[in-house]
Amino acid sequence: MARAVTSRRKTINTALAWGVGLIIFFPILWTILTSFKTEGDAIAYPPKFLFFDWTLENYSVVQERSDYMRYLWNSVIIAGGSTLLGIIIAVPAAWSMAFVPSKRTKDILMWMLSTKMLPAVGVLYPIYLMFIKLGLLDTRIGLVIVLMLINLPIIVWMLYTYFKEIPGEILEAARMDGATLKEEILHVLTPMAVPGIASTILLNVILAWNEAFWTLNLTAAKAGPLTAFIASYSSPEGLFYAKLSAASTMAIAPILILGWFSQKQLVRGLTFGAVK
Amino acid sequence: MGRIVLEKVTKRFGEVEVIPPLDLTIEDGEFAVFVGPSGCGKSTLLRLIAGLEDVSSGNIAIDGQDATSTPPAKRGLAMVFQSYALYPHMSVRKNIAFPLKMAKLDQAEIDKRVNGAASVLNLSDYLDRRPGQLSGGQRQRVAIGRAIVREPAAFLFDEPLSNLDAALRVGMRLEISELHKRLETTMIYVTHDQVEAMTMADKIVVLRAGNIEQVGSPLELYHSPRNIFVAGFIGSPRMNFIEGDVAAKYGAHTIGIRPEHIAVSESEGTWSGTVGVAEHLGSDTFFHVHQTGLAETMTIRADGEVGFRHGDRIHLTPREDVIHKFDAKGLRIA
Repeated sequence: MARAVTSRRKTINTALAWGVGLIIFFPILWTILTSFKTEGDAIAYPPKFLFFDWTLENYSVVQERSDYMRYLWNSVIIAGGSTLLGIIIAVPAAWSMAFVPSKRTKDILMWMLSTKMLPAVGVLYPIYLMFIKLGLLDTRIGLVIVLMLINLPIIVWMLYTYFKEIPGEILEAARMDGATLKEEILHVLTPMAVPGIASTILLNVILAWNEAFWTLNLTAAKAGPLTAFIASYSSPEGLFYAKLSAASTMAIAPILILGWFSQKQLVRGLTFGAVK
Repeated sequence: MGRIVLEKVTKRFGEVEVIPPLDLTIEDGEFAVFVGPSGCGKSTLLRLIAGLEDVSSGNIAIDGQDATSTPPAKRGLAMVFQSYALYPHMSVRKNIAFPLKMAKLDQAEIDKRVNGAASVLNLSDYLDRRPGQLSGGQRQRVAIGRAIVREPAAFLFDEPLSNLDAALRVGMRLEISELHKRLETTMIYVTHDQVEAMTMADKIVVLRAGNIEQVGSPLELYHSPRNIFVAGFIGSPRMNFIEGDVAAKYGAHTIGIRPEHIAVSESEGTWSGTVGVAEHLGSDTFFHVHQTGLAETMTIRADGEVGFRHGDRIHLTPREDVIHKFDAKGLRIA
């Protein structure tokens, strides 16, 4: 009997999980469906779910009106560049915090994280002025720097957690074996931390890809990534839901595909250390 | 060559002095064992020699060269860790070759040395495996292999056998001793197990709270321990200590008698008592005797054939010539 109860409970749990999953996914699904509708079908009431005239017109219009590839390329550079730069800075920082901690290491980690609690808009004005002075406004390098800085606390925190799991004796063994600090980090620490570094990279690429506040405020025409691409369809032409949906679908597709293929890695990364 | 000299070495962690000023010389080719209860500073002392910890004051010289502030990589010492500390992402071959690669040796020389070490340690069949696919004993051999290929001035072992099961431990103990005989390289070995210390060492350094209690050969420590601590720590089962009137008769505050230096008899003897527990090991029997009026429990090591049981009344006779005498401070009276 116990077995029957368990299997029934399993069925219910599975159904619940699918239900919640679908509810969460529904807005994205609706956006994708809407992108294949005509503008008329998009605002039709009652809403049409699957039975409408499927069309690719929105996509061609969007591509014609704005150069998708340019925005995509900007997104790739900004997300990839800021993550790479962040990792290069964060690996030594996390190494020192994990393996040669000082009395204040915990405080520094908390302080770094606390910067994430500051409302971004609070520093928009000074950063905007600095960007004007430095000529970084509407440049990709400017965004790479800003996004790297705002995500750095998370990168350091994640790497710190992974590095903490690596036994210090192995690094000491490398030191005894004649490895310099650089060789120790390069040949021993980094290969052992590859899964952790990979999830950190992945999560930060996604965070940087989706970042909208800074990308919208610090770019105009040249350096705008896909967030700017979507935004350009929202305010002035807000009524064209189908085209807005097509633009959104094109913007989220790359990251959605990346996330789909790396979900295992990502989940492992996010729960690392939390579950033994 | 590997003569290691410590001069007035101290180590402080914050306010806590773990190693008070300490002098010690380990001769070239010697097998020195640091032994003591946990927290006595033996591992810290080894790490100071390795360079993994910085000394707070004092000097360390290796082969006459001051090495006090030399980084670990440049001291020419190899270390085997308790946890083996193998590189999990590298094959056994790469693990053993790692120190040679760091020393920038050419590939032919690396191969030669790795294969040599592997055949000495019976690892030739496992060279392409990862550490995760090896047993505890094999992992320990890889760790030793990684140490010997470097041809270091001295080997440092930090409780290398404590993660192995009993049978394997005895085997590896022998292997390390044989390795020492063959290489004739200085070895410093840290353990809390006095049996390991007694069986392997040329020189035992007994530590307590960072202080050296006594330095000597295993038999020196066994026959003439300098104080009660060493007397109790070296030898198994532990020495019996008797205080009070009985000790006073010998002109001492405390006397110590080793379990193997007390004869048992059914009918006659100096003292008498009741057998509590009798542990039959086959070769020997350990009797834990109560109600002797001497100490709470007296331990006696008798021949395996002696067949007293729980509750038997027995008589004890100490060997007068090997009774150890200590004064009120616990120091040996000559």
